[in-house]
Amino acid sequence: MLLSMNWIKDFVDLDGLDLEELIHRFTLSTAEVEDIIHKGADIEGVVVAKIVSVENHPDSKKLHLLKVDTGDKIWDVVCGAPNVREGMLTAFAKEGGMAGGMKMEARKVGGYMSYGMCCSEVELGISADHSGIMDITEDVALGTDIKELYPIDDVIFEVDNKSLTNRPDLWGHYGIAREFAALADRPLKPHVLHDTKQYDNLEEVSIDIKDTENAYRYSSIKVENIKVNRSPMQMRIRLFYCGSRAINFLADLTNYIMLELGQPMHAFDKRRVDKIEVQRFPEEFKFTTLDEVERNIDPSMLMITSGDKPVAIAGVMGGLDSSIFDDTETLLLESATFNGVSIRKTSTKLGLRTDASARYEKMLDPEITVVAIERFLQLLFSVDPEAKVVSRLSDKYPTKYETIKLDFDKRYVDRYTGIDISNERIVKTLDSLGFDVTQDGDNFSVIVPSWRATKDVTIPADIIEEITRIYGYDNFKIETTNAALYPVQESAGRNNDNQAKDILVKKFKLHEVHSYIWCDSKKFENLGMEVEDNVRVINAMTVEHTVLRNSMVPTLVCMAHENRGYAPTYGLFEIGRVVKGKRENGEANERKTLGILLFSQTESEKDLFFKLRDIFMHLASDIKHKSFTFENITPAHNWQHPKNTVAILLDGKKIGEMAAAHPTVAAKTAKKCAMVFGEIDMDDFAESAKDKLNYVEPSKYPSMDIDLSFVIAEGTRYSDIASAWEGAGYDYLTGASVVDTYDDGSVKSISVRLYFSSNDKTLARGDIQPTVDDIIAKLAAKNINLKA
Amino acid sequence: MLEQKIADIRAQLDADIAAAKDPQTIEAIRVQYLGKKGLITDLMKELKDVPNDQKKEFGQKINVIKKEAEDKIKDAIAAIAKAAEEALINSAEQYDITMPTDFSDEGSYHPITLVQREVEEVFASMGFTIEDYLEIVDDYKCFEALNIPKHHPARDMQDTYYLDNGQLLKTHTSAAQNAIMRKYGAPLRAVFPGRCFRNENTDACHENTFFQMEGMMIDENISISNLIYFMKTMLSEVFKQDIKVRLRPGFFPFVEPGFELDISCLICGGEGCPSCKNSGWLELCPCGMIHPNVLKAGGIDTDKYTGFAFGLGLTRLAMMRYGVKDIRDLNSGNLKVLDQFKNI
Repeated sequence: MLLSMNWIKDFVDLDGLDLEELIHRFTLSTAEVEDIIHKGADIEGVVVAKIVSVENHPDSKKLHLLKVDTGDKIWDVVCGAPNVREGMLTAFAKEGGMAGGMKMEARKVGGYMSYGMCCSEVELGISADHSGIMDITEDVALGTDIKELYPIDDVIFEVDNKSLTNRPDLWGHYGIAREFAALADRPLKPHVLHDTKQYDNLEEVSIDIKDTENAYRYSSIKVENIKVNRSPMQMRIRLFYCGSRAINFLADLTNYIMLELGQPMHAFDKRRVDKIEVQRFPEEFKFTTLDEVERNIDPSMLMITSGDKPVAIAGVMGGLDSSIFDDTETLLLESATFNGVSIRKTSTKLGLRTDASARYEKMLDPEITVVAIERFLQLLFSVDPEAKVVSRLSDKYPTKYETIKLDFDKRYVDRYTGIDISNERIVKTLDSLGFDVTQDGDNFSVIVPSWRATKDVTIPADIIEEITRIYGYDNFKIETTNAALYPVQESAGRNNDNQAKDILVKKFKLHEVHSYIWCDSKKFENLGMEVEDNVRVINAMTVEHTVLRNSMVPTLVCMAHENRGYAPTYGLFEIGRVVKGKRENGEANERKTLGILLFSQTESEKDLFFKLRDIFMHLASDIKHKSFTFENITPAHNWQHPKNTVAILLDGKKIGEMAAAHPTVAAKTAKKCAMVFGEIDMDDFAESAKDKLNYVEPSKYPSMDIDLSFVIAEGTRYSDIASAWEGAGYDYLTGASVVDTYDDGSVKSISVRLYFSSNDKTLARGDIQPTVDDIIAKLAAKNINLKA
Repeated sequence: MLEQKIADIRAQLDADIAAAKDPQTIEAIRVQYLGKKGLITDLMKELKDVPNDQKKEFGQKINVIKKEAEDKIKDAIAAIAKAAEEALINSAEQYDITMPTDFSDEGSYHPITLVQREVEEVFASMGFTIEDYLEIVDDYKCFEALNIPKHHPARDMQDTYYLDNGQLLKTHTSAAQNAIMRKYGAPLRAVFPGRCFRNENTDACHENTFFQMEGMMIDENISISNLIYFMKTMLSEVFKQDIKVRLRPGFFPFVEPGFELDISCLICGGEGCPSCKNSGWLELCPCGMIHPNVLKAGGIDTDKYTGFAFGLGLTRLAMMRYGVKDIRDLNSGNLKVLDQFKNI
């Protein structure tokens, strides 16, 4: 919102104060100022001058040769404006002066010397009108500086609208002036109003509020015989500086009141609107607003009607038919308050946000409707004394806000601030903001002014804000607390996540990525992965991003595809959220999982598969001092390899899955690539208790190991062999490992090394031979025989 | 005669040692002179033929030559070892330390992880518990419990992703406030990082998926002065320089009073530059005194406790820290972007 310092100074005397400094304080105490513009700073040496002669340029149809009188001197000027005429008063920028962003210099124009420029309003920066040079109608001495005639010099500042959302009172200059008055410690002047009591004996405007839930107050008056059609320059300049376009006097005046008081007004042409109803309609219908757009009105939208004929969308925009035209001489004025929520919904539905609706949304103060009418009349009569009020001021006020009274004490303020703000200061601050304060020692009781009581200030904590922001946060002490300290507990989940990340990055050189929580259906399809049914977003902007992911794997596969040219071999991981359907209560079953993907165009899928298993094993071992176990399962997802998909188990409970990529998915991901991936549930992982580190005193005696080679048949797994000793409780046997595997196409064999050791003695062959024999016998019984 | 023999042996030994070039030859010399059948050992055998009155003298002479031989051989071994060592060093290659090697197979952390860890460390050091929270929450957690009733414009300002089961993707980390207050009660110091979602179109500056970190401190007599202190201290730690902060009024339904916190511009230090639009300040994080309704909803006694809360944009912080220009890079999985974030 653009604000004029001149306008503010109508209501508070800021003489002798540094305006920029005040505006800075406004930023720190009220709302953010985004820009300060010094209007008129680039206008210099422009005076009122009379065109004493006009000659046509001999060679140009557009140019005229003028003699211009500034009282002290006659100037030769070449001018291209179409509206030049002898005897006309205009704004003349003298040689050496400045206007239109140019320094005025004597120069040749069309072959003739010109010693300055006659200016249009655009060149003076006071309107967008560049149809011709200014036609000054005021009776004023030649040579008068234009800035003395018109308030061209002004400081305009722009306030971030977002920072005013909760302040309905700041949507007009008067409210802003109140803030400046409080900040500068100067009194706020009362409004200059037109007394309407004199019209009490005139007829009432018929107002019927049928929807009192959405229309809180409707005030109106009728005026006739309005002859002035163009607003005075001072008003037009202010409107222009504040971003509003001058239209005609009546429209300008309603805008002016809105910018001054924050109260939107609407002027109906009395010829078409003679009485008012406020209501909603049960049926949908079309309605053309004054911007000449036909709009669909539905039963939720509050309408202003006259004799049940719709004439305006309440609080948003008037209708085309009933609006004032340049020839309007009689009007019915609307000054009303509507339910902000209803207005916001209507305006959102219609896609029509206006200055009025933006203000109503903020919950305006209903107390101001009559003030606005009286101010409107005051300004109307000051410009057009012949106008005539033809009704009494009529006012329907069915829905009132309750008066808010808040009690608090000095201790409450001290507790919130941590500093000592004196009672005197508290009273003075609240008083300057319009709060009615009663003080009894350290106890205060305040009545919230109506313009703050519509939603903004409702509890004592709100009062704290008023006191502290005017006091200035820069003036606060910066102080630590004396609160007790307690040890910080890190949750197992977070600790596990962090450890896992470190292991994956540092030990296995994987790259951590972040992806999205939804499936990208287009990418999934391209890579041959099914989007499985799951919880859905119902209002996604992109339709492809609707279904939430139930596994981390497909999003990682998409990333592997994106990165297929990055390097021949790399690994990705993400710790993030997936949704495994819904719980019984309907809530999304959100799980935190760790997904890992390994990609290679040089290594075999088998190598990657075992590397991935090792990675998972390391996580269990490093973080939990435990082991994962793995079991082949039938894949549940179409991106998993039908043969090589396994469940990952911890403490006997399934915690995740790992798989080689389905060959089709792998082929679509990149040429000749091997890809494996896996995922574990980090919430379950965190719940598994960490085993104690199991320290075993090493034996002081030499250990012994025995290598055994077995011929194995197709389909024989290592676990078939290891079952011969695992859990058998053999004396001295401390472990086993695979030292070699052999496969020449016809014969497969495996060499296993068994480790033996004793804490009591040096082992002799005889100590271990029974165990070895037993193992061989057990395996022979399974038809797994020693290699010859 | 024996004396002559000793002189001969000495001369011979010197010549042999001088000629020896490797440890094997020296060992042979040692055996030749000092071995069981060595020349010097043999001298002892000849001592029996020496007259008794000269035995002592010759015995000593033999011992001298023996000791002399032992020392010379030892020195010769050392000299040869030294020569060998020098030869080894002289022939060694001096490595070209400036020669680049391939370092590209290192792993990398997501930049959010790095920034998050830094910030968490600061908060942990000041006694803040670090909490995790869900991404999918209900309307109550995200809005109602935060004093954002239905029809409140704040719900319009945040374009929320609603789900078909009635839940929603959390729009801000504040959605965890209620649960954390209920979990710990007061007094409470906690930060809770998390991923948030806004239903909006993405561009270089806007993402629909981003990270925030929320913090709360609730205790008896927590004041605005404390809030300023903690924010200033934490931010100074995070940015590793003395940060000036200022508060401006800001409107957020879950705090009262609410503030926008600005920090002195990190680029120009407050002088004014294009980064801070010449204001000298950067708007960094919303904060404020927790609204009494929010405390009440969290089961906290508002007569006894007050508190402050703040929200840091982790994604924005990461972008500032590393100079990432396009926010979409962070969720792109593009390894050319991400592999630069090593363990810093």
